[in-house]
Amino acid sequence: MKRKLVLRFPAAVVEYPFIYTLAKEYNIVANILKADINPRKEGRMVVELSADEKSYQRGVDFLQSRGVIVLPLEQQIVWVEDRCTQCGACTVICPSGALWMQRPEMTVAFDGEKCVVCEHCLKACPARAVEARYLSGV
Amino acid sequence: MGKLRSYAEINEKISKGQAVVVTAEEIIAMVAEHGPEETAKRVDVVTTGTFGPMCSSGAFFNLGHPKPRMKMSKVWLNRVNAYAGLAAVDVFLGATEIPDTDPANQNFPGAFNYGGAHVIEDLVAGKEVRLEAESYGTDCYPRQKLETTIRLSDINEAYLFNPRNCYQNYNVAVNLSDRTLYTYMGILKPNLCNANYSSAGQLSPLMNDPDYRTIGIGTRLFLGGGVGYVAWYGTQHSPCGPRDERGVPRTPAGTLALIGDLKQMQAKWLRGVSYLGYGVTLQVGVGIPIPILDVETLIGTAVRDEDIVAPVVDYSEDYPQATGRTLGEVTYAELKSGKITVLDREVRTAPLSSYPKAREIAETLKMWIQKGQFTLTEPVARIPASDSGVRLKSLAVK
Ligand code: SF4
Ligand code: SF4
Repeated sequence: MKRKLVLRFPAAVVEYPFIYTLAKEYNIVANILKADINPRKEGRMVVELSADEKSYQRGVDFLQSRGVIVLPLEQQIVWVEDRCTQCGACTVICPSGALWMQRPEMTVAFDGEKCVVCEHCLKACPARAVEARYLSGV
Repeated sequence: MGKLRSYAEINEKISKGQAVVVTAEEIIAMVAEHGPEETAKRVDVVTTGTFGPMCSSGAFFNLGHPKPRMKMSKVWLNRVNAYAGLAAVDVFLGATEIPDTDPANQNFPGAFNYGGAHVIEDLVAGKEVRLEAESYGTDCYPRQKLETTIRLSDINEAYLFNPRNCYQNYNVAVNLSDRTLYTYMGILKPNLCNANYSSAGQLSPLMNDPDYRTIGIGTRLFLGGGVGYVAWYGTQHSPCGPRDERGVPRTPAGTLALIGDLKQMQAKWLRGVSYLGYGVTLQVGVGIPIPILDVETLIGTAVRDEDIVAPVVDYSEDYPQATGRTLGEVTYAELKSGKITVLDREVRTAPLSSYPKAREIAETLKMWIQKGQFTLTEPVARIPASDSGVRLKSLAVK
């Protein structure tokens, strides 16, 4: 099975070789989609983990036991429809087609399942109508 | 061409709840079905709408005198500077103003999270705003410093005054360079990756009255969810550029200066927005009714996206250096399809100006008129038209 996750690493453990440990001890292949890791600062990573169900669960338990916050990727990026002015600016910025324009109506829609949490839309949206849950606390 | 009805006759029908009002989108199908003569006989008013970023916007406030009185010479609202070089407690807050403490583009591209436009939105939304003021003090106005909070309802007069709104047509912005550009036309990715445009096309007010036969000084309109008026022609009004055989401009042309009571407006239609690496601007909703005085006015309102063209301009070189070069023309129908062809390449498009919101504005204005709540005004003076000789000048640096 494959699962996409957002991992948040507290500053205290950010330098630990988690990805190596997942591979070596738990037989989990971690495909890093995005990483923002700096020494002694809280870090985060978007990963796709491939493993059998049991190893996956053990791996996630291990991460959590070390203080890593494990969040499912879906629902991490939230489109606040009320704040969206339907300007469409995000639709040419979003690489995955998660934010897209329905034509000919010209209304903007969000498909969370397609989102790869690249964060491009967060600042590209003039109305700040897209939020990342993991940035505003869990 | 024969006159079909006067403003007075239209208003009489409106007050009786009998006016036939359709949007600039609905009129297209009617004309296709019944032809212009027949449709012009049936329809009294066509409503238009647009909801896009309009940087040249702002608001005048009379803040009221504190005790003791004060000649406010420096004023900040939520840390955003408002121009106070007016009478004692009058200020003008510009939409694009940012706080002195904003790092702007020092950390490129700047986020520009908050500015004058957001203050306007917050006030209209009924939120409390921090007011700080300084003064040198005079015998009549002794107070030198002030810090308090205000709401829109506390202020004496508050009116939106936008020196340039409703651009009649606009550029389609692309980027031929190999680096990302952060512009007032949004983010333009390198190597012709995207094309951003900003007009409601067939719904846009001035596209439907291309030579300003009915929209003029004094025209009553929908502004920011309330009622406003055309105060003057807008800055950079440029009616004498190239036009197509129907008289519709092929390049950015007419503009309007608009005014209206901020206290009646809604935050939904006045949104502070932040353009990455560029700055803050106000997204303004405007809707203008067009009286069908004769067949000619009707023909103007029947304009379709496939009939209107806009120039494609490179924002890496040609726009900033003002070379005047364009990369060709595309229609709004092509732009709305999501893809255009520029220099033989397929390029994805994004609007910036919201078409569904423009439609909602045209529908709202239609409803106001149908219900008899909104009557039409005859302009007290015309704005310079295509025969005026008015041309845009650039600044000669001596
Ligand atoms: S985070 Fe990236 S993929 Fe997800 S919606 Fe935003 S731009 Fe699209
Ligand atoms: S950029 Fe923001 S406001 Fe514009 S359509 Fe996308 S989500 Fe909505």
